[in-house]
Amino acid sequence: MNGSLHLRVNGIEVDVPIGASVAAAIARITPYCHRSPRGDLRGPLCGMGVCFECRVCVNGTAYVLACITSAQNGMEVTTDG
Amino acid sequence: MDKPYDVLVVGAGPAGLAAAGAAAFSGARIGLVDAQMQAGGQIWRYDVVQGVAAAAQVQLKSLAAKKNIEYLFGWRIVTIDSQKNLIAENLAGMRRLQWKKLILATGARELLLPFPGWTLPGVTGAGGLQALVKSGWPIAGKRVAVTGSGPLLLASAATLNAHHAQVVAIVEQASLSQVAMFAVLLPRWPTKLTQTLALKWSLRNIPCYYDAHVRAALGTSFLEAIEIDNGRSNTHVECDYLACGFGLVPNLELAQLLNCAMDDKIHPSIAVDDCQQTSESNIYAAGEICGIGGVEIAQIEGAIAGFTATSNTHKAIGLYSRRRRMYRFAAAVAHHFSITAKIRTLATPDTLICRCEDVPMSAVSNFDDARTAKLATRCGMGPCQGRICGSALAELRGFTRNFGRPPLFPVSLETLASAEVQPINQNQHETIR
Repeated sequence: MNGSLHLRVNGIEVDVPIGASVAAAIARITPYCHRSPRGDLRGPLCGMGVCFECRVCVNGTAYVLACITSAQNGMEVTTDG
Repeated sequence: MDKPYDVLVVGAGPAGLAAAGAAAFSGARIGLVDAQMQAGGQIWRYDVVQGVAAAAQVQLKSLAAKKNIEYLFGWRIVTIDSQKNLIAENLAGMRRLQWKKLILATGARELLLPFPGWTLPGVTGAGGLQALVKSGWPIAGKRVAVTGSGPLLLASAATLNAHHAQVVAIVEQASLSQVAMFAVLLPRWPTKLTQTLALKWSLRNIPCYYDAHVRAALGTSFLEAIEIDNGRSNTHVECDYLACGFGLVPNLELAQLLNCAMDDKIHPSIAVDDCQQTSESNIYAAGEICGIGGVEIAQIEGAIAGFTATSNTHKAIGLYSRRRRMYRFAAAVAHHFSITAKIRTLATPDTLICRCEDVPMSAVSNFDDARTAKLATRCGMGPCQGRICGSALAELRGFTRNFGRPPLFPVSLETLASAEVQPINQNQHETIR
């Protein structure tokens, strides 16, 4: 697929190819998605929607798994790191 | 409410696609549901740069010609209701999926094992990094090491290579002689021989370590380097990513919720008969959830399940001999690339075992089952519901798995409220195998 999608990660504008995941958009801005209970920074581990290490906030909804969610135009993504 | 599907297939990987295709011959109304937006599952995952995998194209083309298959992509099954209808959810809302026959093809995930530094961002699964990269994760120019055991390492390295990563090391825990013994068997399965040779050739310039493992991942807040141990010396290799492939474990949560019987292996799989029927009437299972066997077995089992579910028994039986032949290949892989004791003892007392709740190995040292450990230490109580630490502790310490309770994933209250979910049967969820 050609073309690109336009979204924001932590308020920063980012473009990704059509079909890309939210995780792919995040990676262009920060290597981190969330913090563990003790405050360690974490990034994607399983890449398949199992481990929850890539969870972020998308359009105000928390616990969205960035690795299996398709990026869409106008999305507002917030990480915790 | 939607009309019931004659056959509902859960999972659109190789097994689910084959099941839907086989079932569709009957003219019955087929539903094919998957959490991802595109068909292919993990192994045939759509690649943002390279498009649909060649093998998947063949399958998808034949399905496209069948007008009686409905595609429900981007819907994740979160629980079941009291009638065993499946409750699916996506960002927009929920759906109740009714069925007359159900084929479970929920596939497998990676077995992720703890070692010092494994929680650093940059440390991923081998299939996991492959999946991320195919979904557009920027990897070009990054230094990547691949570690673990078995042919998946080569497949992962090849994908990374194709996306212009700089693969700096392949660290295989099997010895060169074990790998050679496996290679000698390969001519029995010509397609596998060709695949392996092509992979090996494409990776010919990458340093390979045999009889070796990564003993630690190093870095402050992101991966910076790894220590490779080959039994004689340690090698320090700088890298940006470490992709770990220690094998696969079946995704059993939905099957367990539906009461399907499992075998009693360390990493259980769904028990099925010759025609892929589970212990529950009208529920079939195919692919990796019936035991890790690879893409060819998944396709054959899927087709058998699809034919059987639509009373096309003759066609199903015709596939039995091919399935037997590929079972022998799966057994050879499992035998030659089984995880060694060295890998099981890498985690130190401080190494986190439960990443969700930051529980160290030392906290679970006095327990021998996942449920008791969870109650006392919070190990397995986080959002992944013990999917990662449960399989790891089964592998490392022989812990019995605790499959948890519905919902299978964190779910919106609105979905739960409208789903009329089954009250939890305590006995069902405490008896694991």
